[in-house]
Amino acid sequence: MNALPAAFPRAATEGHRDLEALALRVREHCLRMTAGGGCFIGASLSCVDLLVHLYSRVLDVRPETLDDPGRDYLLLSKGHDVPALYGTLAELGFFPVDRLRHHLRPTDSLYWHPSRAVPGVEFHSGSLGHLLAVGIGIALEIRLRAGRNRVFVVLGDGELDEGSVWEACLVAAAQRLDNLVAVVDRNGLQANCRTEELVPLEPLAAKLRAFGWACRTADGHSFADLDAAFAGLPDTPGRPSVIVARTVRGKGVPSLEDRADRWFAAFSEAEVEALLRELRGGRAAALASEGMVVR
Amino acid sequence: MSGSASLTYERALRALALEREDLVVLTAENRAHVRGLPRELGPRFIDVGICEQTMVGAAAGLALRGRTPVVHALATFLTLRAFEFIRTDVGLPGLPVTLVGFVPGLLSEANGPTHQAIDDVAVMRAIPGMQVVCPADLGELVEALPQVVASRRPAYVRYTAAPPAVEHVAPFAIGKAEVLSPDEGVSLLTYGPLLREAERARGLLAARGVPVHLVNLRTLEPVDEEAIVDAVRPAELVVTLEDHFHRGGLHTIVAETCLKHHLTPSVLSLDLGTSFFRPALLPDVLEHEGLSGARVAERILDALCHREANA
Repeated sequence: MNALPAAFPRAATEGHRDLEALALRVREHCLRMTAGGGCFIGASLSCVDLLVHLYSRVLDVRPETLDDPGRDYLLLSKGHDVPALYGTLAELGFFPVDRLRHHLRPTDSLYWHPSRAVPGVEFHSGSLGHLLAVGIGIALEIRLRAGRNRVFVVLGDGELDEGSVWEACLVAAAQRLDNLVAVVDRNGLQANCRTEELVPLEPLAAKLRAFGWACRTADGHSFADLDAAFAGLPDTPGRPSVIVARTVRGKGVPSLEDRADRWFAAFSEAEVEALLRELRGGRAAALASEGMVVR
Repeated sequence: MSGSASLTYERALRALALEREDLVVLTAENRAHVRGLPRELGPRFIDVGICEQTMVGAAAGLALRGRTPVVHALATFLTLRAFEFIRTDVGLPGLPVTLVGFVPGLLSEANGPTHQAIDDVAVMRAIPGMQVVCPADLGELVEALPQVVASRRPAYVRYTAAPPAVEHVAPFAIGKAEVLSPDEGVSLLTYGPLLREAERARGLLAARGVPVHLVNLRTLEPVDEEAIVDAVRPAELVVTLEDHFHRGGLHTIVAETCLKHHLTPSVLSLDLGTSFFRPALLPDVLEHEGLSGARVAERILDALCHREANA
């Protein structure tokens, strides 16, 4: 990884306690969304730190600037990790935290994949491999206006099986879109399997570089590492940047961590309470609910 | 009126782009009909290479930021390979992207079945809110283009550079059919370049004393229901003529409209049935598939005779 000066000196002076506290609250929201119908908890917990860091330290977007054409964009391409986005957006004031209790209600739009009806969600997703292309269009338009804002697209590693991702990688490089940044949540697991056991992606960074992208890697749960990874972008003028963030599925709750059978989960209220205690350092939650619910 | 046949599609698009700063032109390396535009439009011309999915996704992104993209690819690759991007990224949010498909219907001539967009109307009209525009000739295309772009809604346009199919009698309007020969007897409904064959068939049938009510649908979504009902109600025989599979195109639209209006006409459907057409040059394809003006007239006369024999 290139060591570049931090663009956001706040990180250096304030440390990361604020981000850690925020990430903890977002994880609590994610766990609560596993009750009353469930959610894709594994992928949600793996990208909490990424989203918290991006919205707190990297993206130039606030609730008041959501309609500003000069804002930075974040597109959640893998989609099923949306509880982490809902939690982050609510905590940062894009919509009231109370609204999270509407998860899965037919009268609201907080369902298992992102909807533009939720403030802060720039575009819907759910079908994998779409939003890098959409991000290219947004980045092209920003360039047409000579804008300085940037487009971040969060991809799952399992999502990289989709050919449309690699097609878009070629096009982004051909168009020299250095205002486009892809972030890969590299938790090593796709729906049911380890990525390397099903369709191996490694050497991933080398592949992305071979496709014309400037690639950095980071520990996706270390805010200090993420400070460095997102500093001084674009990494290389004239090239799109990609951050491969090593993460752990289910991060923060040992009972759920790095397990192929904790992709989607629907827990009872009592189990959620036990998981919340575990998140805060308590003993491992006893989980009677079946591990894998196929969605 | 389509008196602007001397205007090429490229010139029409360039004129529109000069008029509308929001217009951007994309192509998946299909430049044959827009060859001069890179020079004219600079960064507002974007060639993504042979990447239909990325092109449609990028068009959605451009549209999100307020642009009005007009995208180009071969009709079959655009509507099928990029289908989910069209449905999910353009159709679902209702973004103002105009999708222009080259060589639709029989116009792929000798390319073979891989290139035959003869299910494109079916799949495009399955997307809620997608307009389906089928000009009969270049004049109609260049007349339709500014209206389609101005609609600021998703649209699929079947491209044609054909010379005037008929002497048009009404200006192009989205959702409005053109009634070319109001008459009672046989009602012949069609769209696209087959209008030329339909007009030939009309002339041949008139010479045999069979009056034809000829309708050029122009847009299949929204469709001019009133024109269909007016054509069907008095008709002895309703004929649908199209370069499309039997299912999902005009025949299906007429059937749906008739059901809605409690009409049960006798219908002769002249289309590609459930088969890909034999690849060849257009005049030969028209003959081989029984869709030339002469063959259409013959098939209508046969159907009329058959009806009389059974009466």
